[in-house]
Amino acid sequence: MRVCIIGCGAVGSLFAANLATLEDVEVWAFDLNEAHVDAINRDGLRLTGAGDVVGHPHATTDAAAIPPCDFGIVATKAMHTSGAIAATAHAFADGCVATVQNGIGNEEVLAEHVERVIRGTTFPAGKLTAPGVVQWDVKGDTTFGQFDSKPSPFAAIEQLADACTRGGMPAKAVEDARGPQWRKVIFNAATNPLGALTGLTHGRVCERPDLRALATRLVDEGKAVAAAQGIELDADPEELIDYAARKDVAYDHKASMLQDVEARRQTEVDFLNGGIVGFGRRYGVPTPAHESIWALIKGMEASWAQ
Amino acid sequence: MKRVCIVGAGVIGSLYAAYLARVAEVSALTRREEHAEALRERGLRISGRGDFTAQLAASTSADDLPEPELVIVACKGTDLEAAAERLGGHWPDAIVMTVQNGIGAGEIVGRYGDWRQLNAVTFMSGTRHSDNDVQYVLDTATWIGPARGTTPDDARAVADLINASGLKAEAFDDLRPAQWSKLIFNATVNTVAALTGLPHDAHFAALDRPDDLGHLVKALMDEGKTVAAASGVELGEDPWEMNVLATQRGSAHYPSMLEDVEAHRKTEIDLITGSLVRAAHAAGVPVPLHETMECLVKAKEASW
Repeated sequence: MRVCIIGCGAVGSLFAANLATLEDVEVWAFDLNEAHVDAINRDGLRLTGAGDVVGHPHATTDAAAIPPCDFGIVATKAMHTSGAIAATAHAFADGCVATVQNGIGNEEVLAEHVERVIRGTTFPAGKLTAPGVVQWDVKGDTTFGQFDSKPSPFAAIEQLADACTRGGMPAKAVEDARGPQWRKVIFNAATNPLGALTGLTHGRVCERPDLRALATRLVDEGKAVAAAQGIELDADPEELIDYAARKDVAYDHKASMLQDVEARRQTEVDFLNGGIVGFGRRYGVPTPAHESIWALIKGMEASWAQ
Repeated sequence: MKRVCIVGAGVIGSLYAAYLARVAEVSALTRREEHAEALRERGLRISGRGDFTAQLAASTSADDLPEPELVIVACKGTDLEAAAERLGGHWPDAIVMTVQNGIGAGEIVGRYGDWRQLNAVTFMSGTRHSDNDVQYVLDTATWIGPARGTTPDDARAVADLINASGLKAEAFDDLRPAQWSKLIFNATVNTVAALTGLPHDAHFAALDRPDDLGHLVKALMDEGKTVAAASGVELGEDPWEMNVLATQRGSAHYPSMLEDVEAHRKTEIDLITGSLVRAAHAAGVPVPLHETMECLVKAKEASW
């Protein structure tokens, strides 16, 4: 079985390194970061922290070098999906492509380029600390499921989940993976931009009653949009927010969007709050709080151009 | 009116003090002793649209100053309670005029004494170079209207005095329509600028794409209009039209709350958005968007 990780940042590296420890899986890693790719090919891809792993995937910055694959796992930032899959689609003429990205709307973009798409949501997190080295901060589950308009054979989804699990990234295959996906997007859309707009860590956001209430309003709007689509959340995002705020969990964590804002990088807001607003409009559910937050983050991004 | 006391000699207070000193006997009640000393010993220097140095009395205690007929409270909104407290127990016959952003400054000051009051809002601006050196930049007017115990004639008398001094002022029979228009405009533009980092530019009027900022600006202004209507105030200028016009001017204005945020200073959120939210609660009108902006700006202040 051959798998290509598309976008080998922190999350992509967790999949690439872990899968590469399996003898029956050949792993390729596609990324545009040359230093990272060179380091992987020279020394292997090393994970530290929550797990110590060294994997030896074939890394490349050249999309044309990727051989035909059984599976793709797309792990780029959401705004780079289109370019990444356009360049690599040739490798998946007979394969299935899964997304483990943040937000909603990524499957739709993949479906424009490949024939078999797998919906996916993953909770592990980490950060790239040096070329070829990723700090694995949080372990967590991955869920793969059908994407209705460009479905993959369920046996293939199970095969991918099984490989990930055996490699050390617990994953399960389900018919409908929208529950965990919407739980995660609602969690992210309700907390990430609040950190980005205020500069506060997750724990400090949750300590301020008015700000915590705003997060709840964002959660409630997101739940209403999910419910209108018939999606049953697999857990309450509120519980995830409170759990993450604990001192021993992620109190001091700066949301990825806050890290983006501090580095003046484009954020994933279009696929978080923007995604919820878009699905809300399609299903006739008002989302005024998400609209406001979306506009503020887009305004912030626009201010860097000046 | 022969004697005027200016409370708080920041940029706005300094401009009133220096110009009015040309037509009246002016004193300044300051917060810091070294500020009072600088004013007493070196006078107050004006540059920019003016070029002169005014002489005035200054102290941190009202006891040291001659009793004025007019008090102009010109400190920042964030210093208002402290300034009013220093004024408490003094000069019961004076008219006290507040010029802070937002609404409700008069009510705050009025809790510290039974003075007759005028309600004003100013749009002039300047740059402070030192305790006694201020540059006069924007020569826009001060709008004045009657409040507790005063009449439109009192407002006109003060406007005349200010106009005679070389600054600009306009008296209104009822200031509230203009003040509320400005408040809704300010509460919206200041908070959006403070949170996005954008100066007041074309983004604020953009409505083409669903994520354009103009939708949020319009929604905030619509909320504000609902509060005004429920409070029995008929607005003067339409805040959205003020916004569109302002963004069509050549250079983008840097709202004060954005400057405060960039300098990691406490903002006037309590006086601007806070006063609108308090008025909304009093009128029983929901303002979820303004509450969102208020809570985000306050949280941002807490991050420093």
